[in-house]
Amino acid sequence: MFKRSHYIALGACALVLLVLLNLPAPASARLKLAVGGVFLPLFGLSTTSDSFVDQASYQLLPRQTLISELRRLEDENAQLRLLSAHANDAIAENNRLRTQLGLLPRGPWKHRPARIVGRDPSTWWRTLLIDYGSRHGASLNQPVLTADGLVGRIAVVGHSHSQVALIGDSACGVAVLIAETRDQGVIKGPQSTVESGIVELSTFQHSPQILAGHTVVTSGDGGIFPKGLPVGRIIDTRPANAGLFTTARIRLGANLNRLEEVWVLQSNP
Amino acid sequence: MTWLSPTLLFLVTWLAVFFQTGMLPLRVLIGAPPSILPAIVVYAAFTHSLAVVSFLTIVAALWADSLSGSRLGTGVAPLFVVGFLLHTRQHLLLREQRYAQFWLGFASGVAVPVAHAGILLLGSSEPAVGWFTLRQLLGLGLLNGLACPAIFLLFDGLRGTFEYQLAGPGPYTANREMKRGRH
Repeated sequence: MFKRSHYIALGACALVLLVLLNLPAPASARLKLAVGGVFLPLFGLSTTSDSFVDQASYQLLPRQTLISELRRLEDENAQLRLLSAHANDAIAENNRLRTQLGLLPRGPWKHRPARIVGRDPSTWWRTLLIDYGSRHGASLNQPVLTADGLVGRIAVVGHSHSQVALIGDSACGVAVLIAETRDQGVIKGPQSTVESGIVELSTFQHSPQILAGHTVVTSGDGGIFPKGLPVGRIIDTRPANAGLFTTARIRLGANLNRLEEVWVLQSNP
Repeated sequence: MTWLSPTLLFLVTWLAVFFQTGMLPLRVLIGAPPSILPAIVVYAAFTHSLAVVSFLTIVAALWADSLSGSRLGTGVAPLFVVGFLLHTRQHLLLREQRYAQFWLGFASGVAVPVAHAGILLLGSSEPAVGWFTLRQLLGLGLLNGLACPAIFLLFDGLRGTFEYQLAGPGPYTANREMKRGRH
């Protein structure tokens, strides 16, 4: 039925599969990073061309527009510095009170900017590639977010790039609580494409008081995401498992379609 | 110049995997990454040797896996099986007609992700699968169905430009030969 060359091809493919799928997880991850390295020139080229386009567009902006934008940002900066001073006072007071109560003080977090350089080429996962690797201080499980809400966590760390598992991916479960009712739950896998920005939350008990429009924030359980990071808002709810739990759909705060830059949270040692 | 066509094939595959990580408007439209690897494999299976097809499918799948959340190697089998089956059965399949190329691209565009998801589900992975998957598969099928004839056109054009062509039949035709004597 088959020629000799066919059997050789089948054997070669089977051998490759046998070796790759039986590699230990760390070796497989290192090999994955090495294979992905062939795309670094293209990612570099893409980043350079993006910044070139940005620079060119800045050259075209009228001076008057730039000056008015600068003034607006100066005003905003002054307000934010004032708010930051108040927030620092509140954090210090909170830590003092936590110490008096015998609780560990909450560590401060540093925000590092990162740029999205690519998205998952597979249909079955929700991941992003960012230009932020171990040489910039990336480490496994660092939370990734925007000003609008949580995006995910770092799942794979490379030298100059990292892979971020988005909320809704099976590699990124998030423990959350409803800010208004304090009900806790877990965000499960996506019930729609990631482009729709909707994920599903399962509470630990039936909670009829959860309503559409309620705010969802991280609960801090699990040790990966700090407490209080905004996640999104409830769209609707329904009872699940014969009324034992409540399942709610959440519209994510961060628009995963329009992400260009994100912030990576680094905890201070 | 037999090296040129496989080289171009690998170059286009490399670029195709890179563009799968971007192309946001198309990604939003079809609800999935715009992967045209199945269409490229269809073209390779009909026009290249089994060695090239095998190597291409393995390398393309490893490149795609290296940038995705999949474990390295899980995407190899679906692409390889499609390439292998089309190559070994090419004498039974239409390939010149555009509609045949469309349906081959469509079928492979659906079969490859389905087989990949099946492999992931057989393992301990939890790929994002739901009702929305049907829309994704339809989008990928249409994309590959449209991409397949375009790839045939592109590569046939490139081969016509850069490779030596077979000499035509010439003015002499055997059925016009005058033969003397009794026949």
